Formats: sequence, C-alpha cells, structure tokens
Amino acid sequence: MSAPIIRIDNLDKSFGTLKVLNGLSFDVMPGEKLALIGPSGSGKTTILRILMTLETISGGHIEVCGEQLYHMQKGGREVPADEAHLHKMRAHIGMVFQHFNLFPHKSVLDNITLAPILTKGEPRAKAEARGMELLEMVGLADKARAMPSQLSGGQKQRVAIARALALQPRIMLFDEVTSALDPELVEEVLLVMKRLASETDMTMLLVTHEMGFAHEFADRVLFFDKGHIVEQGPPGQIFTNPTHERTQTFLRKIIAAGHRV
Amino acid sequence: MGDWGGYLSLILQGALVTIKLTVLGSALALVMAFVAGLGRVSRFAVLRALATTYIEFFRGTSIFVQLFWVYFVLPFAGFTLTPLQAGVMALGLNVGAYGAEVVRGAILSVPRDQYEACIAVNLTRFQRMRHVILPQALPLMLPTFGNNAIELLKATAVVSLISLSDMTFQAQVVRAQTGSTMVPFVTILVLYFLMSLAISRGIRALEARVTRGLDGVR
Repeated sequence: MSAPIIRIDNLDKSFGTLKVLNGLSFDVMPGEKLALIGPSGSGKTTILRILMTLETISGGHIEVCGEQLYHMQKGGREVPADEAHLHKMRAHIGMVFQHFNLFPHKSVLDNITLAPILTKGEPRAKAEARGMELLEMVGLADKARAMPSQLSGGQKQRVAIARALALQPRIMLFDEVTSALDPELVEEVLLVMKRLASETDMTMLLVTHEMGFAHEFADRVLFFDKGHIVEQGPPGQIFTNPTHERTQTFLRKIIAAGHRV
Repeated sequence: MGDWGGYLSLILQGALVTIKLTVLGSALALVMAFVAGLGRVSRFAVLRALATTYIEFFRGTSIFVQLFWVYFVLPFAGFTLTPLQAGVMALGLNVGAYGAEVVRGAILSVPRDQYEACIAVNLTRFQRMRHVILPQALPLMLPTFGNNAIELLKATAVVSLISLSDMTFQAQVVRAQTGSTMVPFVTILVLYFLMSLAISRGIRALEARVTRGLDGVR
C-alpha cells in the first residue's frame, strides 16, 4: 500500500462569513480517479480551486506528493507557504476549467507550448513536437495554427486538456469541464477524458454533473453537501444503492432534470 | 511677397522642433505610463504609493507650471536642462501620468480567469504579466494612447514660453515680420492637423496588428 498522493486534513474555507468547508478530511491514492458530486454550493469546486492554489485556506492542512501545499518549514517552524513554495508545488498539479480559459492571443499550439517553454525551459522544437502529439491525442492536430476564437467549445476544451497535460502533472483537476458546452459537444470531450483515464496512471479529480460519466470514469465517488462528505464509495454503490437520504434525493432530482446515470 | 519661401522654411524649422518634442515626449510618456501603471497594480504598497503620488501630482497641476518648474526652478537644485530637454521632460511626465491610468485600467480589465489559467500552468508573476496579461491589455490601451499622443502634440505649443522655437512660435515670428496673420496661422493649422492625422493613422495600423486573431474575444 503506497502513501496517499493528496491528504486533506481538517480543511476549513470561508468566504467572508460564509463557511464553505468545515473540517473536511479525505485522502486520494496515486492513480485514483475521483468524482466529486453534489448540489451547487456544496464546496466541490472550491476543493479543486484550493488544490490549484487559486484560493487561500482558512484552516487545516493539505499534503500533495508528500509535501505540505499551503505550509512550509522555516527555522524549524511551520509557516504559510510563500510564492516560491507554491510555484514548486503547482508543478505537480494541472487543471482544466469550466470556461476553458485559453489564452486568446496565442495559437492553439502556442497555448500548449507556452508553459513548458517558460516554466521548464524546454527548447521550442521539443515543446512543439510534444504539443503536436497531445493535439493528435485530443484529435485536433489540424488546428495547431488556429486561434482559440476559431474553435468550437468542445474543441477549446480539448485544447485546454492538452495544455494542462503538456506540463505532465501527476494530478489533474477537472472542474465541470462540460458544463459550458452545447449538449452535442459534450461527448467529444468526455471521450478524450475516458481515454486519458484508461491510458495514464495520473491521479484525477473530477467535479461534474454528468452522473453517467462519473459512473464510468471514477474509482470512487464522493457525494458532498454543505461542505461535508455525506457519502462515498465505488460508483456502483453510490449510484445504484445510496444509503443516505440526501444522496437519494439529489440523484433523483438530477435524473428528473434529464441527466443520465 | 518673394520672401514667402523663406518664411515657410522658418515655419517648417518650427515644425521639426514640434515633431521632435512630440516623438521624444511620447517616448518618455510611454515609459512613464508603463512604469507608473504597473506600479499602481503592484503588490508592494510602497510602489503603489509612489505611482499614485506621481500620477496625482502631474494630473493635478498645470502643464505650464510643470514646464516652468522643470526649466526655471530645477536649476536652483543643480539640474540645468536645455529648453528641448525641459520641454520633453515636462510633456512626457505630464502625459505619462494620464497614460499610467490607461495602463492600469487595461491590465485590470483582462478577465480574472486569464490570471487563473496562468497559475494553473504555473507561470511566475513576471511571466504572467509579460506573456499573457500585457499582450491582451495592449489592444485596450492603444486607442487612448493615440488620444494622449495627439494631446501631447498640441501641448507642445507651450514650450515657446521657455524660448523654444516650435511651430507656433515661428508662426508668431512670421506674423510679426510680415504683418500677415492669415497665411502663417492657416499654415500651422494644416500642419498640426496633418501631424495628428499621422498619429491616429499610425495607432490604427498598430491596433490592427496587435488585435490580429483576437476577434470574437472582444
């Protein structure tokens, strides 16, 4: 049994007076595919944003790849992490956003190669060769020279996935990556993610409202409500035989709203 | 009437001074705009305070007074400048203060999710600004920069007050010597107009260049 790649320990997060996460703890094992589900405002996206260091934390500890994410040792004492420490830790983690967040002034290929060239000092030729491989993988090799504004939503999201992969993170975070897409474009993005899940040993955390996809994709499903894990387990159990009433109600509403399970 | 050629060349000499002041003044203004504009969005309070002080001071006092200070008062502190240097400095610092607010506004209007994408791909603060934020902010700055440059061009006329023979000054000379008011003033009217036309054309061409591929974004 190896050590967890992510350990969340007694995590608190407040926005002003609003407590979003309250004493949350869970571990993620290396290579695990985790789906975080639950109603809006339950704190799922906040967890991903905290792991990507896009938020600050109000209390608790997070360990990533055996090191504290938001804390560091200085003079034998634990102090809040500085920018240099965060920079080092971010190298382990990649994220794909709901609204793609591509760089609009860069071509598709440049979107992918920018960070490897700047942060890892990769030679352009090597970064571009790798970028083309990734575009091949997401089925967009012919769009390498296109600008993001010329792509459909599904294509943009696939480029965003390639961009995150280019840095070869050990952990990938997917934040409602299909929520902003037209229904007929969802499938192409999910297909890429399925391939990714089956072909790599990357650890993946997925926040989604696509229950059918979560079922197929995840090794473990966490059901969140009001910043707490109400229930967790293998997808077979959570989706077909949830024990908590809150989970049952949520899944019933989701199905009624037309989402597949 | 035979001397009109000579008078015209006098005005053209003045035009050269005006162009020199505009180009050098704009260059200084551009540098100041970026230095102070970036200072305004810095995470260091000291830099923010310095930038704010500079901007408020130069926007809050008259260009005439600033010019007099640079040319007549600074020598008492041991800095003696030529009239051209003083003119460039006063114009550049004055217009740079306006430009700084343009830079700041444009930087702040780049959507937050662009910053987040930069963090997600682990760019440093400097790389974020240099490769992602500024390239997107620049197209937003250009139209106002064009206005500022034209304002600067027209403000160059104040330098005649510190004995610099710019275009307006030379027109006055020609008027005094010939007694004709119409000819010299129509001439400089046309010349100022052509110069500002050149600026706005230049800015438009630049805009077209930096916004290439950005269609559909804004």
